[in-house]
Amino acid sequence: MLDIFSSEEVQEALEIFVREFPTAIWETVYVTVISTFFAVLIGLPLGVILVAGDKGKILKIPSGVLHVLNVIINLLRSIPFLILMIMVFPLTRLIVGTVVGTVASIVPLVIAAFPFVARLVETSLRELDPNIVEMAQSMGAKPIQIIMKVMIPESIPSLLSNFTTAMTTILGYSAMSGIIGGGGLGKIAINYGYYRYRYLVMLLAVVFLILLVQIIQTVGTHLATKLDRRPRDRA
Amino acid sequence: MIEIKNLSKTFTTKSGDVEALKNISLTIPDGEIYGIIGMSGAGKSTLVRCINMLERPTEGSVLIDGVNLNELSEAQLRQERQKITMIFQDFNLLMQRNCLKNVCFPLELAGVKKSDAVKRAMELLELVGLADKAKNYPAQLSGGQQQRVAIARALATHPKILLCDEATSALDPQTTHSILSLIRDVRDRLGLTVIVITHQMSVVEEICGRVAILNGGEVAEEGPVQEVFSAPKSEAAKRLVYPDGYSETLVPAPGEHFIRVVYNGAEVSKTPLIAQMAVDRNITASIRSASTRSIGGKAYGNMLLSVTGDEKLAEEAISYLREIPDIIAEEVKANA
Repeated sequence: MLDIFSSEEVQEALEIFVREFPTAIWETVYVTVISTFFAVLIGLPLGVILVAGDKGKILKIPSGVLHVLNVIINLLRSIPFLILMIMVFPLTRLIVGTVVGTVASIVPLVIAAFPFVARLVETSLRELDPNIVEMAQSMGAKPIQIIMKVMIPESIPSLLSNFTTAMTTILGYSAMSGIIGGGGLGKIAINYGYYRYRYLVMLLAVVFLILLVQIIQTVGTHLATKLDRRPRDRA
Repeated sequence: MIEIKNLSKTFTTKSGDVEALKNISLTIPDGEIYGIIGMSGAGKSTLVRCINMLERPTEGSVLIDGVNLNELSEAQLRQERQKITMIFQDFNLLMQRNCLKNVCFPLELAGVKKSDAVKRAMELLELVGLADKAKNYPAQLSGGQQQRVAIARALATHPKILLCDEATSALDPQTTHSILSLIRDVRDRLGLTVIVITHQMSVVEEICGRVAILNGGEVAEEGPVQEVFSAPKSEAAKRLVYPDGYSETLVPAPGEHFIRVVYNGAEVSKTPLIAQMAVDRNITASIRSASTRSIGGKAYGNMLLSVTGDEKLAEEAISYLREIPDIIAEEVKANA
């Protein structure tokens, strides 16, 4: 590494690291967690509606409504995040009051992520054996009871795995929001690496992004496995 | 009492209408264990789902103690379903809940206070002999144990009717036997009416009082089990009673008597049954058809014997065979 980077560069990178990285890492974590929270808050009910409303089996939802919902989800998922960020400026200004900064980047992140989460939730819930739903119906379960006591609890391990995937994706998007003034490790990588040719600083930022993804994935997988009550090694 | 009146169910599919059930009328008295038997595709599962309105019949009605289920609102129907519970072929336990919480499930749905629900669930786990597994998860239990938990769960809301949809089809014969004993036991204790849907004759023979044979969506034959199985009249019934192929040529000659022997886990593997009968009673029987299996040293299946002689001889052979535990023997009458 010393062959590629001069000692001045290394010295400078270390100074920037000490000065800016703690805040940047915190901002990235904070934006990712908050955005994932809101994306799940919106995406989970939508995913449930997509599955429970399908053919009116559990919820009596007009097929037209489901169709519109599907189109909206597909539409939002087709827009590249970079463009979506700019497109939602008016909404961001309305909610946050500004379009730049760490908090402002949460709005486009949630809008980009909730359709993704809705699809992931849909996939998780569809894995559930339909006979289990029939069992609940045969015992007089109301639609809301089927959703809250059967569909969601029985899908917890799969949902947790998918939320982990969503969180790592949101982390990647949050780095991209550095371009329009979002904070965090992405901002450092772009500002120093792209605008000022400080590649070493950029590399350091990337290393920490990778580390964060690793941590999220490890914790997520561990939780999903630990909470699954269908142990593979049978007693 | 369950009254099924002129019930039909037609499914509309892309390739046209499929008549799953055609004009079914059955009356099932209280406290009966009633068998509904048929090959796959005969409409058994659809029929049982019409009884609790999981499937709405296209025509006809289902009356339970005089209440027409078709006329109930969704909310009333949910209420009624707490009294008509069901067990399934694949048990359908909630895999992310332990056994105790599985049994609590219908009580939660009914809004029973948690402490009362837990108390009731423990009583039921006690009843099915699994109190020690209360904190275990279904995946840690065997198939038979899972079905016991499912039975406990089905009994939680004090039902008056228990629907068993192929409840023993995924179980081995010995476990089947123990589950059927449990079902009979709870019927005796709680005075339930039980409807048993199955494709296994042995199940019907073991616990049912009456049976309906379903074929192509219609009731081919109905009556007391002994009567229907010893003298099947319809083609569908004959196919079931003689699974190895019944042919019209299999008719007893004058002076010949057919005896059907059903093994329900009899310990006969070590003694040659027919030879022993010849030695003990001097009755010689020949085997006309047989389909038996030996599982864990016990015999399951059935066999058609023929003895030649007078009525008395046939009766003596039957009484001899009936002395052996877990064997059912009866004379098969020639078709009228």
